[in-house]
Amino acid sequence: MLQLSGLIKTLPGAPPRVLFDALELQVAGGECVAIVGESGVGKSTLLNCIAGLEPFDGGEIRVAGTELARLDDDGLARLRRRHFGFVFQAFHILPHLSLAQNVALPLWLLQQPEAEADRRAREMLGRVGLGRRADDSPHLLSGGELQRVAIARALVHQPAVVLADEPTGNLDPGRAMEVLDLLLEQLRARSAAGILVTHSRAAAARADRVMELVDGRLHAVRHGS
Amino acid sequence: MNTRLRHLFLASLLRRRLATALSLVAIALGVALGLAVQLIHGAALDEFGRGVRLLAGEADLQVVGAREGFDESLYPLLAMRPEVAAASPVLEIEARLPGRDDSLRILGLDLFRVMQVQPGLMPRVVATAGRDVDDTGGDGRLAALQPSNLFLSADARALLEQPLRVGGRQQAAEGNGRAEGELQPPAIQDGWLLAQSGLRSLRLRVAGEVPGASGLVGVMDIAGVQQHFERLGQLSRIDLKLADGIAVDTAMRALAPLLPAGVALRVPEAAASEAGTLSRAYRVNLTMLAAIALLTGGFLVFSTQLLAVARRRREFALLRALGLERRALMHGLLAEGALVGLVGGLLGVVLGHALAGGAFRLVGGDLGAGFFRGLAPSLQVDPVLSLAYLLLGVAAGVLGTWVPAHEAARVAPARALRAGEAERTGLPQAKVDGRLAGGLLGLAALACLLPPQGGIPVGGYAAVALVLAAAVLALPALARAVLPLLEHGRSVLWRLAHARLSATPAQAVVAGAGVIASVALAVSMAIMVSSFRVSVDEWLGQVLPADLYVRASSSAASGYLDPSALATIAAVEGVAAVDTTRLVNLRLSDTEPLFSLLARPVNAVGQGEWGLPLVAGSLVAPAGATLPATWVSEAAADRHRLVPGSVFELPIGGHMQGFVVAGIWRDYARQHGAALIDSRDYVALTGDTRINDVAIRVAAGVDPHSVSETLRQRFGPEHITVALPGEIRALSLEIFDRTFLITYLMEAVAILIGLFGIATTFAALATTRQGEFGMLRHLGLTRGEIGRLIALEGALTAGLGVLAGLLAGGAIAWVLIEIINRQSFHWSMDLAVPWLALGVFATSLVVLAGGVARLAGRHAMQRSAVQAVKADW
Repeated sequence: MLQLSGLIKTLPGAPPRVLFDALELQVAGGECVAIVGESGVGKSTLLNCIAGLEPFDGGEIRVAGTELARLDDDGLARLRRRHFGFVFQAFHILPHLSLAQNVALPLWLLQQPEAEADRRAREMLGRVGLGRRADDSPHLLSGGELQRVAIARALVHQPAVVLADEPTGNLDPGRAMEVLDLLLEQLRARSAAGILVTHSRAAAARADRVMELVDGRLHAVRHGS
Repeated sequence: MNTRLRHLFLASLLRRRLATALSLVAIALGVALGLAVQLIHGAALDEFGRGVRLLAGEADLQVVGAREGFDESLYPLLAMRPEVAAASPVLEIEARLPGRDDSLRILGLDLFRVMQVQPGLMPRVVATAGRDVDDTGGDGRLAALQPSNLFLSADARALLEQPLRVGGRQQAAEGNGRAEGELQPPAIQDGWLLAQSGLRSLRLRVAGEVPGASGLVGVMDIAGVQQHFERLGQLSRIDLKLADGIAVDTAMRALAPLLPAGVALRVPEAAASEAGTLSRAYRVNLTMLAAIALLTGGFLVFSTQLLAVARRRREFALLRALGLERRALMHGLLAEGALVGLVGGLLGVVLGHALAGGAFRLVGGDLGAGFFRGLAPSLQVDPVLSLAYLLLGVAAGVLGTWVPAHEAARVAPARALRAGEAERTGLPQAKVDGRLAGGLLGLAALACLLPPQGGIPVGGYAAVALVLAAAVLALPALARAVLPLLEHGRSVLWRLAHARLSATPAQAVVAGAGVIASVALAVSMAIMVSSFRVSVDEWLGQVLPADLYVRASSSAASGYLDPSALATIAAVEGVAAVDTTRLVNLRLSDTEPLFSLLARPVNAVGQGEWGLPLVAGSLVAPAGATLPATWVSEAAADRHRLVPGSVFELPIGGHMQGFVVAGIWRDYARQHGAALIDSRDYVALTGDTRINDVAIRVAAGVDPHSVSETLRQRFGPEHITVALPGEIRALSLEIFDRTFLITYLMEAVAILIGLFGIATTFAALATTRQGEFGMLRHLGLTRGEIGRLIALEGALTAGLGVLAGLLAGGAIAWVLIEIINRQSFHWSMDLAVPWLALGVFATSLVVLAGGVARLAGRHAMQRSAVQAVKADW
């Protein structure tokens, strides 16, 4: 699903700082890889490069067989539309849409008929335990509930890759593990390749593999169960 | 609040430079327009008053009558009174200059009396080019007494010694044989000036100057004026200098009973006050338009401040958490609004003076309405007026910030500081209750029932403000009603834009308030002006039924037609019938402007054939009435509370004569009232057989142009004006359009401010929604699609605002037509809605708003999607 080969990224400066030094990564469908590392090492930048939101200086990134370097800005946007799901630390649920509409948003972007999109969104909300609240407004939800909605939105269109950047950063520990388990469960159920960036060792331990970004390369920490 | 905290608030204005700048400009424009209108009219009135004071000299009181004058036997009666120290008789003539569009105001004075009462008007003999100073028709020392000697003010001399370019339709239509643009020789040639009395040219010798006079004025011996202009035994005015120790009130009580009907006693300042009254309604209307422009600016401040509050929610929450009181937070925000108002007001004061200066050069001291023609006022700084408008600007800034400041003070710090709070709280919502809108509309309806106060339709203006406020408050309800009808768009962008507005209809208030005000103003003025123009055009068609119109001069000037001229006209080959009009002005009181009296033959078939557009009553005199009949204009009926059947007394021939009102007619030419009577009654009462206008019907198959040419040859093209009804109609509509030029300018300014509002609102909205846009970019929207989304939202919001503005504009148009115009000018008009123009305007504005919103939100599309989704503030 996701393949990074010899990825190189350098940040300008005197001297220039090498962020990724021929970085390698492969993630299969249904697998979740947690990436840990010190603050400022480039974890979130790696996610942005994978999503086509930040350029890189060398190497190759392939998502569902498509090489990112061949695409322009609009092409990358269309790629994200089809093959990516995102879970953000700050949730980013649109307050003026209902929960069902928020979840249906990726399907709208894919030109799905409205009725079909609504049906799939409600089904997805049911899978994350919010099926009865599909018509509620986001401002009625707690942080944990909002993140569930975000997870539903990230997976409703069966993307190839789900990128989660500190998805539990704004949640209390109890809720955080609950949400994380839900994310992993849905990833596996939908055979999406997941990358989880986190500072939390406990969260990282929930993933199938843990990789640490050190000196521009990923090093395996352990395989999760 | 300490200085550092104060700096925190005020510095935020600098951080959002675009929004602040647009708010400043909006307030500046509103202040500038209102101030310019006041400065221009104030300067014109001052200049007029100065002229009046110069002419009045040391007179304490003036005896004034109708424009045609009164019997000079009143003079010795007053001069002999013990209350009077000196009395100066004046005969004032508006002398037509043959072949020219302008006229010269000639004051016939008793030069022995004028030394005692108006010494500034004493003439002085000077040599003209190529002439000896003694060549003044007699002994130089007595030159002023020579009946044909004329003495000119410096302004008059300068104008009349210059060649004149024939300009415009009117002068070409004067039929003086010259084409438009051609150069006419100066009016003064070889020291002589030609003036016209009746259909004759008079040669007046320019013998000197009047150093103390300003404006276009000439002075002659009164006997000479009476003789030359056939006004023997007539006076226009008597200026009285009271005896020592006699108070003005005492003298007025003693002298007033001596005056015949139609003659009044007043202080000289009353003339300036009369001019002020004439122009007041027009001036107030323009000021109200400027006030709406300022109101629109206030709405703009409201929009930007409310959105700024939303963006700074966490900042305020932190300050509150750290211990800042609610009141201090409110005061800080109000200070921001006040500063915007202050700076905008200062800019507006400067701009207002600049506008006034420019307007003097371009459209004159009357803003194109014709009240102060011939005056050349100069720009004067009025500190008090400037301060008042500056404070209005501050008020607009403070009032626009009031609701946002309250909103900010209500923020609960703990909640606002939590992550994700923006999603939970949503976008800023101005809490509006739709029922309040209904209440305001009810109040507006009640306000329309109020009578005018001092001639000003205060109730009407209040109704306009209430309707505007109601439209803004009703916007969320309108959104809830309209948006479901637009739900069926398929594109994701439409669904997103529609969902945003549907979920937060009160947000439409934030963005749409400025659009509503400016659209309502433009729509209401467009409907009113269209209705007025169509009504004027139809009215012209009714009052100009003949094939040709002939006059010797305007009714105020010295040209006229007499019975022999009428007989000559009737005898011209091709003339089938003639109708005559004598137009004189009566003085009904010492405070009111002159009242117009028209005398025409009321023939057996009624007035309908001769163009009297009745709105009430009958064209036929009431049967069995003991009093002669009159038909009064709407203005006369309103001012004097007349209905068909009322008795109306008019001072004619020095006596009060009663008439029974037979009908009421629409008259757009005379704002202060007119009455039409049978010319036989008029001649019987006055002995005056002069005629001002002749309407000619040509025989079937005869070309009116040939009759026109014959008449010009008979009387001389320089002595008469012959015009076809189409020419008069075109000229009248040209004057109409020029009068509303300032109105159109103000509408354009208001629209511009409304678009500013859209721009600044969407710029601010885009900034607050950067996280949302970043998320959408992550999900796969391209930059272009984000731009189109913003444009759609802008168009939808503007569409709602335009719809509300159209509805409010229609209501305001009704108030303008039925209440404000009726009470200000006493004109009725038929409603004529320019549907096509309004449709084009509305559509264009919606499209333009979409484009403006997209441009304004461009910043949101430029920012990296990566940065946007970070939880920062």
